[in-house]
Amino acid sequence: MNKGVAVTGMGIFSAIGNNTAANYRSLILGKHGISSSEILETIHKNLPVGEIKISNESLAEDLNLPENHSFSRAALLGAFAVKEAVTQSSWKIDNETGFISGTSVGGMDATETYFKDFTEGKTDNNRFIRAQHPGFTTEKIAEYFGITEFVSTISTACSSGANAIMLGARMIKAGKLKRVIVGGTDCLTKFTLNGFNSLMILSDEQCKPFDESRNGLNLGEGAAYLVLEGEEELNGKPVLGRISGYGNANDAFHQTASSENGEGAFLAMQKALKTAGISSKKIDYINAHGTATRNNDSAETEALKRIFSKNLPDFSSTKAFTGHTLAAAGALEAVYSLLSLQNQQVFSNLNFSDPMQSSGFIPVTNLKEKPIKYVLSNSFGFGGNCTSLIFRKNGE
Amino acid sequence: MGNKIYINGIGIVSAQEEDLFSEGFASTYYENIFPVISPNYRDFIKPMALRRMSKAIKMGITSAKIALKEAEIEVPDAIITGTGEGCKQDTEKFLENMLDQNEKLLTPTSFIQSTHNTIGGQIALNLGCKNYNVTYTQNSVSLETALLDAQMQFDEDPFLNSILVGGVDEISEKITSFRKLDGQLKSVPIKNLDLLKEDSTGTITSEGAYFFALSNKRKENTYAEIQNVSIKNTIPPEKINEEIEAFLETNKLDPADIDTMILGMNGDNRYDYFYKNLQQKLFKNTTQLAYKHLVGDFDTASGYAIYLAGNILKSGKIPSILKLNDIESKAPKNILIYNQYLGRDHSLILLSAF
Amino acid sequence: MTNLHTELKESIIEQLNLEDMDPADISNDEPLFGDGLGLDSIDALELIVLLEKDYGIKLTDPAQGKEIFVSINQMAQFIEENRTK
Repeated sequence: MNKGVAVTGMGIFSAIGNNTAANYRSLILGKHGISSSEILETIHKNLPVGEIKISNESLAEDLNLPENHSFSRAALLGAFAVKEAVTQSSWKIDNETGFISGTSVGGMDATETYFKDFTEGKTDNNRFIRAQHPGFTTEKIAEYFGITEFVSTISTACSSGANAIMLGARMIKAGKLKRVIVGGTDCLTKFTLNGFNSLMILSDEQCKPFDESRNGLNLGEGAAYLVLEGEEELNGKPVLGRISGYGNANDAFHQTASSENGEGAFLAMQKALKTAGISSKKIDYINAHGTATRNNDSAETEALKRIFSKNLPDFSSTKAFTGHTLAAAGALEAVYSLLSLQNQQVFSNLNFSDPMQSSGFIPVTNLKEKPIKYVLSNSFGFGGNCTSLIFRKNGE
Repeated sequence: MGNKIYINGIGIVSAQEEDLFSEGFASTYYENIFPVISPNYRDFIKPMALRRMSKAIKMGITSAKIALKEAEIEVPDAIITGTGEGCKQDTEKFLENMLDQNEKLLTPTSFIQSTHNTIGGQIALNLGCKNYNVTYTQNSVSLETALLDAQMQFDEDPFLNSILVGGVDEISEKITSFRKLDGQLKSVPIKNLDLLKEDSTGTITSEGAYFFALSNKRKENTYAEIQNVSIKNTIPPEKINEEIEAFLETNKLDPADIDTMILGMNGDNRYDYFYKNLQQKLFKNTTQLAYKHLVGDFDTASGYAIYLAGNILKSGKIPSILKLNDIESKAPKNILIYNQYLGRDHSLILLSAF
Repeated sequence: MTNLHTELKESIIEQLNLEDMDPADISNDEPLFGDGLGLDSIDALELIVLLEKDYGIKLTDPAQGKEIFVSINQMAQFIEENRTK
């Protein structure tokens, strides 16, 4: 067992709340954030999404940005979540603070809005030309907070946020940084909605993770960040939980689909347990990737079988609350895992009625109180990128 | 810094032929956006897989395979990729179809391949490599972040033997040309070899893939040792000399120990002062080299500088087309690569002969 | 061989970028997936769009594709029976 890297702050912005307290409230009340899109302009109104019902204009105003700002929506959401995390951790950003953000499409919302203008040579909104770079979104957030040192972006599709947390924890351990803000952000875009739709993996109803009749995912948007600090920086400040394990592996099976036996997921969980230095029996709760696609949920349950055999702990997917927030998912679910440790509660897997025939696994469907010391969180993405994180209750 | 890291294999696809070192011949371009000289991708990728790959994926897999072959590695212990903009061609294709067809009748192939981790994922798929796999997308430090990660991996795990690290970026018809609209590219076409004589804003761009097979064990044909990598998002122009001195100090080196400096000058008179400052002060008496007049500037172009450094350290030869000053470096031992883009995302890579 | 068979082969070659192939290289009863032509699940999704675009047939469940895209013969038969354009 290792002590793990201390988390001293967290912030989140999702379809179920604009801060940690609001997200927690929705989780314990079973209040989901899935709706028909209002802010995203699309012809696919039949596809429910986890949308944050606040316009870019109003977000920018709350952040006191000038009118000609070049924040993508992902940067706006990200700035809110970082603000909460930094405030909670109560320190000033200095030149030993790093920032690592995961994003899949970054400023695609801007790119898709202005693409035709740029094609026609119009220069009115040329400050958004570089929004096509995921790093552009990250730099906007860094700029807002005056972070000037190590700034980086990870883009491994739906495991980006989890990989950002993993890199941050490794850099703290290696003594490369004293403090680092890690997490992810992604907003809803026509590009991703249509992309997933062309793959025929979007559900036209609320998603049903791990249910036999699941028929696809709901896309969502959001941002979440953690503040990680080295031991010598703590000086007795409250620690929200610790990152004790992480594992990254590649499924190397198919461009988008997971292998039938969930090889990449299995390897990622196995590595995470190894770095945490614990056996699988120690895990009290699994916040699963559980996107509610036919393929993910069956591959993930196969991998869970291989890791836990007959001792499967309580598990649930919180995607039915937020939708699948892509690069942000690993970060959102890191916050939920820490909330689970702090409150000793397992959050429910909404919309479940029939177990999958292949596994018979039954997720937790009602909020459950129990002693929780270790939480495993899974994030798997296109390109076979699989990452698992293990969070540990502080002080035990 | 614990374990030593050696470059044992290099694979590149760039706008220049590989005979720069033997013949000193450089390809000339008269457009501000120019493509790579494509190898025969069929020698490296099966036709059924090749048929839907965009250039970035083809260049990535090909250069990765060349690097691994040279280092005699079948499956590396990790694959770490850097790309500024990823698969732009597929992004552009899906985006245009979506806008033109009003979100109707869209096919998934270009969407699937638009994600930035496609290249790293496809290399893993091609090699059957289930190990650690990450893609960094931080503008001009994308490849450097990948190197930094590799350096940490070697320090964390003494049983690790090999890591494949590389950078890839491709040009696409529209998205790349948008850079003419915000001043990133020069407004008038120039000859690439004249880039560094320019006194105007903007630069020229191209594409490329640079992969490096890294190992903690030296081989007979090892190119160089990677001593250290450093990344910094923002540096005030007047602080650049201090920053670099501090970096050298952590590596127990003096500026005088650096015999060759490879600068990322890109002919943009708004930002080249970062380099000029160093040329005039800290590295006045150092052999100064540049390369973006050969391969253009793009987010992972610094991979070409690593390729050059590796070959210079291995062969002891410096092609004259790279030289910015007349100072001779008889037997190059320590090479420092410095790069930035638009005044942000600064990086330092220190390589040594072994 | 009907015109539909040839037309299908031509559009498959184009849509799936089978650059080196000629319609004559694909036989009517050869399996399109697996050991035959070697197409995969991404191609299946491309073919679903092709059905909708060229023949006005809309599939909602990707699993349906498996039964239709068995061979050129099977596809042609399905199209004849269901086409709306």
